[in-house]
Amino acid sequence: MIREITIGQYYPADSVIHRLDPRVKIVATLIFIISLFMFDSFIGYAIVVAFLAMCILLSKVPFSYMVKGLKAIFMILMLTVVINMLMTPGEPMVSFYKLTITKEGFRQAIFMALRLILLIIGSSVMTLTTTPNNLTDAMESLLKPLKRFKAPVHEIAMMMSIALSFIPILIEETDKIMKAQMARGADFENKNLIKRVKSYVPILVPLFISAFRRAGDLAMAMEARCYHGGDGRTKMKSLKYQRTDYVAYAISVLYIVAVVVVSRVFKV
Amino acid sequence: MSLIVNHVNYIYGEKTAMEVRALSDVSFKIEDGEFIGVIGHTGCGKSTLMQLLNGILKPSSGEIYYNGQDISDEDFDKKLLRSKVGLVFQYPEHQLFEVDVFTDVCFGPKNMGLDDNEIQLRAYDALKAVGLRDECFYVSPFDLSGGEKRRVAIAGVLAMKPDILILDEPTAGLDPKGREEILGLIKKLHDESNISIVLVSHSMEDVAEYADRIIVIDDGRIVFDDTPQNVFENYEMLNEMGLSVPAAKRVLYKLLEKGIPVRAKAITVADAVDEIYRVYQNSGLGGAR
Repeated sequence: MIREITIGQYYPADSVIHRLDPRVKIVATLIFIISLFMFDSFIGYAIVVAFLAMCILLSKVPFSYMVKGLKAIFMILMLTVVINMLMTPGEPMVSFYKLTITKEGFRQAIFMALRLILLIIGSSVMTLTTTPNNLTDAMESLLKPLKRFKAPVHEIAMMMSIALSFIPILIEETDKIMKAQMARGADFENKNLIKRVKSYVPILVPLFISAFRRAGDLAMAMEARCYHGGDGRTKMKSLKYQRTDYVAYAISVLYIVAVVVVSRVFKV
Repeated sequence: MSLIVNHVNYIYGEKTAMEVRALSDVSFKIEDGEFIGVIGHTGCGKSTLMQLLNGILKPSSGEIYYNGQDISDEDFDKKLLRSKVGLVFQYPEHQLFEVDVFTDVCFGPKNMGLDDNEIQLRAYDALKAVGLRDECFYVSPFDLSGGEKRRVAIAGVLAMKPDILILDEPTAGLDPKGREEILGLIKKLHDESNISIVLVSHSMEDVAEYADRIIVIDDGRIVFDDTPQNVFENYEMLNEMGLSVPAAKRVLYKLLEKGIPVRAKAITVADAVDEIYRVYQNSGLGGAR
């Protein structure tokens, strides 16, 4: 019924990208995102798209999965395009009523939309090829230097991984509660919007209560096993760099250098 | 008010990579005023079957008839079916959501579209039927004890006045006193209002004590559908399915193994006691009971 939720969705496959160390993937994704804002020319986009296409091909994840993420930001995308088109001052192209679309605005809007699309697809390459657990592990390891400034790095990573592991549990719970209320004659398909929103109260209240109960139980279970934060805690599968990881780092650095240099040299 | 299940199959995730067959070729009939116990080990398809009976799940193939009407028909009133075949899920107290007990019990009848008087009357009757104290009617359901919450949840289904009441492990997670109260309540409902009961349970003792017909499900198929006496004769087969027979009957079997000439017919504690007493007296050692 509601199993279409795709947050942190992982697509299992056996590819070079899947096998990369998650830290490399996070850093490379960050580099990719930064690179998107380092140029303002068409040749820059050519390099970015080529690089992204290469990553997608290597990852063996069907392209349709990448596009799925775009559905969620469709509204934001349209809004950005419209506002950029109308609000950028410059040489007028088309005008109607009191609105004018300028040449600069048109260019800006297309660039902005392309950037957003590339940004979403680029980051879904990472989330689709990395399990949520690996992702939080990598996050913890990358943020370790912040510990010097007393940032609760381990706690943040722990919270993230707990939140992620609770998603499927809560989905199952919702399904159960929904069925139980349906057995009492609840109707979730009412055409009237207000009635439909109201009909979700009998699901949300029990769901919140069960989430709190589960959180309490989990805290108790962790404490019963002497959990006391990250100090001195070791991992069963600790992250280790392989040779391909260093190669991937090198490629990422080469990539951003290429983007910067090429877009400075060729002003197209 | 009969419910007929005719060659029903159910497959989860049909035509996907994760296809799981939950029920194969299940047929049986529920008559007026029956008390049926359904047993089977975890994951055998009991809960799936119960959800099929009131139309929450739709059979992959086969039909279910309520009063001669196919419930999968497009124009069949699903809401009416859900009020007539009441389903109490496992841990039903997790579905409570209203500000007070009484309003929560009103939820079912309200969804049926009854008028206010009738709704309140039914809620009151249902709460009385489950034996909840009057002073609990207007407190938050979350302030009640576990056993009381469960009774409120059962009242929530009873208020729809079902002809058939299905209870999926109604005693799970309760202490012995709470178990006895809930089972006693179900028995009372059955005896006083001629409502059919389907009791899904893991406890052989409970079904032996209360049910007059037992359906045993193993791996999505009905293996036995008979009186408790006859079903529990199949000691070894039940063991193979990960089930057992009531403790009282096991005691009689042990006595038999030791060469004491008891008849291992009894399935309830009371009958077993009678049988042991009879043999004891016949052995010449007899005394006052």
